[in-house]
Amino acid sequence: MALSQKQISGIKAVIFLLALLPFFRLVAFAFLDKLGANPVEFITRNTGDWTLYFLCIALAVTPVRRLLNVPWLLKLRRMLGLYGFFYASLHFLTFLWFDHFFDVQEMWKDVLKRPFITVGFIAFVGLLPLALTSTNGMIKRLGGKRWQLLHKLVYVIVPFGVLHYYWMKSGKHDLTQPLMFAALVGTLLLARVWWHWSATARNQASA
Amino acid sequence: QKMAATLNPAYALIEKKTAYKDATTYNNFYEFGTDKSEPAQTAGSLKTRPWTVTIEGEVKKPITLDIDSLIKLAPLEERIYRLRCVEGWSMVIPWIGYSLSNLIKKVEPTANARYIEFITLDDKKQMPGLRSPVLEWPYVEGLRLDEANHPLALLTFGMYGEVLPNQNGAPVRIALPWKYGFKSAKSIVKIRFVKDQPRTAWNSAAPREYGFYSNVNPEVDHPRWSQATERRIGEDGLFARKRKTLMFNGYSEVASLYSGMDLKKFF
Repeated sequence: MALSQKQISGIKAVIFLLALLPFFRLVAFAFLDKLGANPVEFITRNTGDWTLYFLCIALAVTPVRRLLNVPWLLKLRRMLGLYGFFYASLHFLTFLWFDHFFDVQEMWKDVLKRPFITVGFIAFVGLLPLALTSTNGMIKRLGGKRWQLLHKLVYVIVPFGVLHYYWMKSGKHDLTQPLMFAALVGTLLLARVWWHWSATARNQASA
Repeated sequence: QKMAATLNPAYALIEKKTAYKDATTYNNFYEFGTDKSEPAQTAGSLKTRPWTVTIEGEVKKPITLDIDSLIKLAPLEERIYRLRCVEGWSMVIPWIGYSLSNLIKKVEPTANARYIEFITLDDKKQMPGLRSPVLEWPYVEGLRLDEANHPLALLTFGMYGEVLPNQNGAPVRIALPWKYGFKSAKSIVKIRFVKDQPRTAWNSAAPREYGFYSNVNPEVDHPRWSQATERRIGEDGLFARKRKTLMFNGYSEVASLYSGMDLKKFF
């Protein structure tokens, strides 16, 4: 299916707005006093969930594009990944602001002492270079190959994010959701391994 | 449904009570789901009448009591207690009940009775959360006998001038204000007096994270978060700093129960 540039821009605009809905929902809930008994917990969990949703959707672009043969999906990937970063930033800001009131020293103590926060923090820091190099100019400056290599970091970052969620829930023995994420991310990453192997096998056979 | 009780002035905290709505919609009661909003939505299926509580084990006079006779065993008092959850939030709740020691006296524990065990209802038909294996069911909690005999330990039947809502542990639960909330067993069907320290639900699920004693202690962190501060539900909103957690949740009168014990080891 081939789409015109105009159609793709339209789709991008619609998804751009849809992806903001969770954020505006939180803002509206905050003003309407609908964040429940523990607003900080609500915001923390909600922004954490949406981070993982968007990173999974961004990781799904390539497999879906190949399976269903819809090449233009690639044009949405950068935006989806950046939304993952946007919600991760809100998640981190909630932690820094409402949990620690910008007491960076206290925050560091938490980050270093508690493994689930450590891995979450690493994942967030890992997203920073990807977000910073997401512009066309940066792609040019780095060169396509190096840029691609750098952005493969996401294959490590997302599992760290899932581990963060898993450890957060593990003491409460409530692992259904983290395990669902783990299965999904595992499938999306294994699909890449599989394609890589079969491509190498094909190359060797033809050589 | 109203429940009459006289306020006990010894336990009339002057702190602001948590809103009824928050106290009845933000609950940890895994028998009705792991999400804190779930118990309020699903606990309607719990039938609190007829209901009996069996008291057995190392006692001279074991007995099975109908819930309404249990309520009449001693005069009902209203007591306003702080409630500190192990997750780092707190509430202030006006409970209705009487000291557990009244019931203990009635059944006459033997010399072998050193611990007391509370067992929660375990019925999949009434409790949808039991289908998921998050904990070993039934939920078991326990105390040392001298802890259970402390006047603060409240056998609880109501809150906010009414009978307990199902999601808060109807028709009978314990309230132990100096311990983290999960120690206060809900919807109790059996109380056993035993010789050895009971295997309690959270302690056997994650012994590193949830000790048998689980006294509120700002100096002993949970492995995944600090216990030094807490957020008071409904008061310490988004922009308020968290408040300091007090040793034994501010109930220093229990300290003598633990004299000579290393509370970092027996957390």
